[in-house]
Amino acid sequence: MSETTTTATPHLGKDELARIDDLSVSFMTDAGSIKAIDGVDFTIPKGKVVGVVGESGSGKSVTARSIIKLLPVTAATSGAVYLARRDGTGELDALALSGEQLRRMRGDEAAMVFQEPGSVLNPVFTIGWQIEEGLRAHGLKDKKELRAKAVDILKKVGIPDAETRVDYYPHQFSGGQKQRIVIAMALVLNPGLILADEPTTALDVTVQAEILDLLRLARDEFGASVLIITHNMGVVADIADQVVVMYRGHVVEQGDVEQIFYHPQAEYTQRLLAAVPRIGQQLTVHDDEGKALERSSDWRQEPVAVEAKGLTITYPGRLMQPDFVAVDGVDFTIHRSEVLGLVGESGSGKSTTGRAIAGLQKVSGGSLNVLGVEMNGVKERDFKPKRADIGFVFQDPGSSFDPLMTIAENVAEPLLVHHKYSSVADAKDYVGDLLEMVQLPRAYMNRFPHELSGGQRQRASLARALALKPSLLIADEPTSALDVSVQAKVLELFKKLQIEIGFACLFITHDLAVVDMLADRIMVMHQGRIVEHGDADQVIERPENPYTRKLLASLPVPDPREQRAHREHLHALAAEAV
Amino acid sequence: MSDNTANTVTVPGDERLDNLKVRKPVPWLSRLPLAKDLSIAVGWQKGMLVAGLVITAFFLLVAIFAPVIAPYGFSQIKGANGVAFPTQSAPGAGHIWGTTVGGFDVFSRTVWGTRTAVIAIVIAVLLSIFAGVLLGLVSGYFGGWVDRVLVVIADAIYSFPSLLLAILMAIVISGGQSSLWGGILASGLSITVVYIPQYFRTIRAEVIRIKESAYVESAKVVGASTWRIMTKHLLRNSTRTLPVILTLNSSEAILTLAGLGFLGFGIEPTAAAEWGYDLNRSVADVTAGIWWTAIFPGLAIVLIVLGITLVGESLNDLADPRLRARKSAGEVVGSIEDTSVDPNEKPGEANEVAAELESLRIAAAADEESGGADRADATTEKEARDE
Amino acid sequence: MSQSAIQSAAVPEPLARHEAEKKPPENPVAGPPEQPSGAPAKAAEKPKKNRISGGFFRFVVTRFLLIIPTVFILVTVVFFVMRATGDPISAAQGGRLSPQELQRRIHDAGYDRPLIVQYFQYLGNLLHGDLGTTLTDNQPVSSILVHYGAATLELAMLSLIVALVVGIGLGRIAAKHRDHGADAGIRVFAILCYATPVFFLGLVLKLVFSTWLNVLPSSGRSSLSTDMQFNRLVSPTGLYIIDALQLGDMHVLLDVLAHAVLPSLALGLLTAGVFIRLVRTNVISTYNSDYIEAARSRGVSEKRLLSKHSWKPALIPIITVMGMQIAMLLAGAVLTETTFEWKGLGFMLSNYLKARDFVAVQGIVILIAIIVSVVNFIVDVISALIDPRVRY
Repeated sequence: MSETTTTATPHLGKDELARIDDLSVSFMTDAGSIKAIDGVDFTIPKGKVVGVVGESGSGKSVTARSIIKLLPVTAATSGAVYLARRDGTGELDALALSGEQLRRMRGDEAAMVFQEPGSVLNPVFTIGWQIEEGLRAHGLKDKKELRAKAVDILKKVGIPDAETRVDYYPHQFSGGQKQRIVIAMALVLNPGLILADEPTTALDVTVQAEILDLLRLARDEFGASVLIITHNMGVVADIADQVVVMYRGHVVEQGDVEQIFYHPQAEYTQRLLAAVPRIGQQLTVHDDEGKALERSSDWRQEPVAVEAKGLTITYPGRLMQPDFVAVDGVDFTIHRSEVLGLVGESGSGKSTTGRAIAGLQKVSGGSLNVLGVEMNGVKERDFKPKRADIGFVFQDPGSSFDPLMTIAENVAEPLLVHHKYSSVADAKDYVGDLLEMVQLPRAYMNRFPHELSGGQRQRASLARALALKPSLLIADEPTSALDVSVQAKVLELFKKLQIEIGFACLFITHDLAVVDMLADRIMVMHQGRIVEHGDADQVIERPENPYTRKLLASLPVPDPREQRAHREHLHALAAEAV
Repeated sequence: MSDNTANTVTVPGDERLDNLKVRKPVPWLSRLPLAKDLSIAVGWQKGMLVAGLVITAFFLLVAIFAPVIAPYGFSQIKGANGVAFPTQSAPGAGHIWGTTVGGFDVFSRTVWGTRTAVIAIVIAVLLSIFAGVLLGLVSGYFGGWVDRVLVVIADAIYSFPSLLLAILMAIVISGGQSSLWGGILASGLSITVVYIPQYFRTIRAEVIRIKESAYVESAKVVGASTWRIMTKHLLRNSTRTLPVILTLNSSEAILTLAGLGFLGFGIEPTAAAEWGYDLNRSVADVTAGIWWTAIFPGLAIVLIVLGITLVGESLNDLADPRLRARKSAGEVVGSIEDTSVDPNEKPGEANEVAAELESLRIAAAADEESGGADRADATTEKEARDE
Repeated sequence: MSQSAIQSAAVPEPLARHEAEKKPPENPVAGPPEQPSGAPAKAAEKPKKNRISGGFFRFVVTRFLLIIPTVFILVTVVFFVMRATGDPISAAQGGRLSPQELQRRIHDAGYDRPLIVQYFQYLGNLLHGDLGTTLTDNQPVSSILVHYGAATLELAMLSLIVALVVGIGLGRIAAKHRDHGADAGIRVFAILCYATPVFFLGLVLKLVFSTWLNVLPSSGRSSLSTDMQFNRLVSPTGLYIIDALQLGDMHVLLDVLAHAVLPSLALGLLTAGVFIRLVRTNVISTYNSDYIEAARSRGVSEKRLLSKHSWKPALIPIITVMGMQIAMLLAGAVLTETTFEWKGLGFMLSNYLKARDFVAVQGIVILIAIIVSVVNFIVDVISALIDPRVRY
């Protein structure tokens, strides 16, 4: 085997674990072949964390998967991926392997951690069995030893009570724990290289910090190199020693983390860094002549648009199970022309609150007054006239438009429903104006939603929400599915329109940095309750609630030096909590 | 329709896609449902689809031109010269497929039987689609106790052996004795009742999935009326799996019709030719070694069901990205998520599990992806071509 | 760096515990959220052996209770549908009796009372296990079950074995060689299996094996001499294979088996066609899932991925749908029994149909409905037992 894979002159330097050499991957499709990545070159040093950053379509995941040749059969590769053998007997070219050799290399030399911990664990086998399965694949047979190793690795990744829980099934763990288990499955094989493909994207920010700690542990205690794929510059700043920046299938820049962050060479890297939202960064927007736009009035003087008093929302439990209280007695107000930021992690009840204001969710208790209508026990007939005054922007740009209707038909829907126009054809001019308002070409109105990119769709979504010039807008994570550069533009547009139109706005997000850019006041929600509520500056700079503090400390700062101090702070907080 | 959407998720402005034909305008011909599927299919998957279409088309032609093709009428037992046909004569010059014990010409009856089968399918499928789609739409959208009751009834009927139900319906509708159109109508209606629950369940599952989608919610937010939401959004988006179920049910309808005929609840031989009845008559023949009365009508059933099923299965494969042999450019570019089943799907109450799992069988595999599909959309941009 | 390493090693545990106690994540789009992490939260506080949870018993009870409305609806539908044609006596004796005689009999049997009264009486009788009395041979329907149920059970079991062996075997081969020649061949075979009406397949089998080759009997469950042997049995089960084993006579056993081959093959292949498709589709779709890809990335061999990792998850939907196929199998049994004169419930049903004895038809149909409901329940419980998400 070594004859076929080890060449006379080594391709790897002494401190190098892997080298990706002129790697290109293309996929066969019915419309010809698509080049996903083209001529990618970089090296992974031993015992370091290499971060690969890039936006959607940059080919970063394909690159990572190529290292263990985990590609669909329709993929064609060229170039080479040289990996140093863990036992020190030279090197191998992963792309040249196949069959049994490839199988043995996978997991042994490099193992992968995936994005969705929920879907990469087999639901019908115990986690212990699944951990052992990797070891069995690499020749370990002894039952006792297998189990001991499984328990041991679970302890190492921080699963409490590992001896018992080794026999649990994946659904009995929380999302963060599942990701720990996935990492354990990779670590137990003791590979030289861990490939982590967006390992924290599906997780809450507080859990993200823990998973990143765990990956650092893999480097420091297990001596593995880590290749982490991410779109999040904060994550890179937090964990990476070296950074590779990818754009549309090419590597545009690579270097030391400090160099990339403080002296970016490529224009794309500079743009990317500039687009990342940062805490404490105020978003200023300019009109066409370049003058900074300011709100003319003080929102504090404006009348109240929404007022909640002891608002409670419960979901009925399934048969013989208690109801689930999603929102638990919250009080807040939203003034006209104010932006109220609502921050929370998944399960905090923030979306439910937003949906209740829009009349999409029944209020179960307390009072919720929206534009003068009491929503507790409201009849659709009474609320309908008010609906013209409310806009809603959904998180998911992919499904917020009817796929069988054109953009014009979709955007014109509120106009037709409220009888402002009698047909889509009539509304055409106005729809065109709306599209221009959100900086989309008029011609796009004849396109179908799938012919627009995510950012464009989110703009169109904004156009639809603002079609009736509402006085209240609810935005539910409007930018969380977008790339950072697209997000920056949409946020800017959002702010500009808010100043121009002056609607009251509830901006729901999980990202404190985003909300800090826009909001006048911030509410932090946790487990259905509001734990902190105040002016944006005050909440960000002098948080009082421990949860808010933890949230803030968990948010990685896109600045490696600052992040180091920031991380110490988080660990200190965690130590305090114990 | 929405296959289109799935296949052409593109990220505008990426030069890597510009060379591909996915962005180019599609000629109108290939927008026709079947033509589009034909163009996606590759390899033997295409072979199956083409074979199915050819067989189905053949039977349609036979049904239309039955009077021209068949040398004799379906109930004719005498030649034009008034001489009675020989009984149980082996295939030969006068009667190429032989004659039955009653003196019918086997070839003519088989040809005329095509007509009966096709008419029965059309009636059955049309009626059950209308009833099933309407009920599914209403039940899925409004939910509540009406929905629950309808689901329990549909499930009960569904779990019942369909042939037995068809027998009961045949007894009611025709009292077991059938005339010309009465017989066909009775069979068609019996089959209808049997298949309404299938359409109902499929459409309901789709509607429930779609009504949670952001575009229906956004229609609700702007205050669109229920009528508008149902007609503009739900109806069009929920019916995309229909062609598949339709073909698969047509083939089941033929089998049910033949089963009814075999048990003597089909159509009287003097009213129309029906394969199941002919097979019933041939049971005694077989032991006597008379094979032609059984083989020909039997093969006709096998072939027509085979043809329609091949079409249905191929359509199903093409509609389900998990089963398609090769992916379209759009999907490769799109996302990997739509290739995964949703492992987070938790079985709830029993009938829900059953309903969900069942839809796998009736080929509405798309229902299953409810969670997955939404997630795929959400991450389309985030992950675009990262797999 | 070493500083942070020490700290990060220390951090996970307390945070992990905190995480486990977190509330279930909300699911804003999908409406009422399920409560997924209730179990881990409890487990974190009180570590104990992973035992079957209350959730599972709740599932079993709920599923069991669902049988009642199902059977009730079917009984109601069947009753009113059958009665919509008129009373069974005129249907059966229509032309043969004088109007007065007919009227008298209808009155005696109570069929001239209001329909709703008859309905409730029927329901009441049903609760006592009384399914009515046949018109033609005047025996209680429940005794038909006793006499002929075993035959149908035997045929169903044998066909199920054929279907399982052929269906699972070929289905897995097709999934393994997906999109290759073997797969295409198996799929066409599967389609042929369920495109062929079971009675036609039966006729062809009879034609080939009994008329032409003359190696297997063409109808019945046993030959006359075997029947005589069975008369000696003190407690015949009605399942001829078991009875033959009781007798310990090889000739009898061979005779019984020879009679059973063709019917169970005909009915079994029909069901096997569906099973092949079901197994293939589900194995392929689990084989394409993320967790298979993840296992592959750790070096698990393709063979093991197919035979173990993707097989067990696929089994859950496979078993559930197989349960539903029992209903189809029973419908097929009616046709198969008629074709092969296999004296079971289906054969009797077909006879009563010909005799227009609708009381008997109604009774047998309801009987079959109850059997189907119970079988579906059992199958659902079995598939839930395999699925840890229901079990724990």
